[in-house]
Amino acid sequence: MKCLSVKLPGLDLKNPVMPASGCFGFGKEFAGLYDLSQLGAIMIKATTLEPRFGNPTPRVAETAAGMLNAIGLQNPGLEQVLAEELPWLEKFDVPIIANVAGTETEDYAEVAERISKAPNVKALELNISCPNVKKGGITFGTVPEIAAELTKRVKEVSTVPVYVKLSPNISDIVGMAKAVEQAGADGITMINTLLGMRIDIKTGKPILANRSGGLSGPAVKPVAIRMIYEVSQQVNIPIIGMGGIESADDIIEYFYAGASAVAVGTMNFTDPFICPKLIEQLPSKLDELGAAHISELTGRSWKKYEPNTNHCS
Amino acid sequence: MILQEQMRILAHRNIAKDIFEMTLQGNITKEIKGPGQFVHIRTSAGLDPLLRRPISIASVDTDESCFTVIYRAEGKGTKLLSEKKPDDTADVLGPLGNGFPADAAAAGETALLVGGGIGVPPLYELSKRLNEKGVRVKHVLGFERAEKVFYSEQFSLLGETHVATVDGSFGTKGFVTDTIDRENMEFDQLYACGPIPMLKALEERFHGRRGYLSLEQRMGCGIGACFACVCHTADGAEGRGYIKVCTDGPVFPIGKVVLA
Repeated sequence: MKCLSVKLPGLDLKNPVMPASGCFGFGKEFAGLYDLSQLGAIMIKATTLEPRFGNPTPRVAETAAGMLNAIGLQNPGLEQVLAEELPWLEKFDVPIIANVAGTETEDYAEVAERISKAPNVKALELNISCPNVKKGGITFGTVPEIAAELTKRVKEVSTVPVYVKLSPNISDIVGMAKAVEQAGADGITMINTLLGMRIDIKTGKPILANRSGGLSGPAVKPVAIRMIYEVSQQVNIPIIGMGGIESADDIIEYFYAGASAVAVGTMNFTDPFICPKLIEQLPSKLDELGAAHISELTGRSWKKYEPNTNHCS
Repeated sequence: MILQEQMRILAHRNIAKDIFEMTLQGNITKEIKGPGQFVHIRTSAGLDPLLRRPISIASVDTDESCFTVIYRAEGKGTKLLSEKKPDDTADVLGPLGNGFPADAAAAGETALLVGGGIGVPPLYELSKRLNEKGVRVKHVLGFERAEKVFYSEQFSLLGETHVATVDGSFGTKGFVTDTIDRENMEFDQLYACGPIPMLKALEERFHGRRGYLSLEQRMGCGIGACFACVCHTADGAEGRGYIKVCTDGPVFPIGKVVLA
């Protein structure tokens, strides 16, 4: 469907809908449910240099219209991702966005350099915003100078465009976005999870073994929308928006805020078929809005609105 | 194959304090491979609660394309589910996980089935299948107290059945392991499902014996994508070996998983 295709740095997307990192593993589980080639792209689970088991359990706690997680970047490590997970995904006609995580700048650089050379990896998503690891992750994501330095270093070594995933756990999101843009980021993905906690009233202790975790799901959507609305007006690089998407209307809202593509996260857990369902619903949604192409919707909430009478299908 | 389906509720009733038995009709039934598998049920059409609830399958009726689940209405989600009426539909994802291998016990052998609380239901279909195969089945079922006891008569029809309650208000007083010790129960093959302390007690007694344990664990997606339900394996290199309860289990050979 032509009306849904989106071109972003490194990414030629047949539609703008992709599963978000950490909510889709490396695709295997969902490949048994539907053809992954239907997806715009796949953001694979964060990969670190070494294999990681992650945090102790319980690692998830439900909240109203959302959930907290503290998985702790469990992943099989760079070697296995290169040797097994990425080659396995090659049978699908879908670009991969590799989420890169680490504890130190040189970890990030090594993972970025090597994973960017995999044939189906078309872009990197630099994970500077995971709230659930003690070292690295979010410390890189809260200080603009440090985020910029890391972005610069990763840009030097990556052979594909680099998107930086921003944390909402920060007061000046625009300052952070500008800092990574100036450092050479090709795009921004936002938002990662919001730090939260739940306490078990029977035990009086936090439910998560890690005590705090990242809040995701529909509950966080207004936070993401506000941040994308602000950031998209201040930077010249595209934004892949994410946070609580569960309907085609949500996707439209993200585009209106300023996103050029979207990722679906937590709702993959509730409805594993949600991505293809939403992709199927988008063309008629565009017709309702009188839009010939989904990209026309980007930033419509703040751009001067020029109505047209085109149709998608 | 895993399906997502609006299943029709044929029957739904309260069978013990906070315990509900629900019969669901639909195509998922024919995908069920064996006892011990589970389904993931969405308890609200809205966004709260957001996640599905993993519920084990207690019995399967392929002729009628239906199966029965038994669950405890304890939290917000399962309480909402308990309000559903016959002829309502339920959003079900399944069947999920790998169940108990009924083939592990041969005809003429004795299987000991041990269940604790809401771990009892999957043993019912297992017991039926073992009976069909000619395996002699003994059951030890543990509950908190009398008002929480369910299916003791149904199990009695399938084989020797002992019920233990923590406070002694039904059957014998104590834990399932007290009953097993006191009765000096002999078996060739063990199958168990229940809370971790119960499984640990069984593992300590019967390590090295033929046995399968089904684990209860907090889950997110139920299909192996979210890494919420991981456990360490006993033989994991440098402590890094792990399994996902939802897709690698929930049933594991005794001793395979670190029960913590």
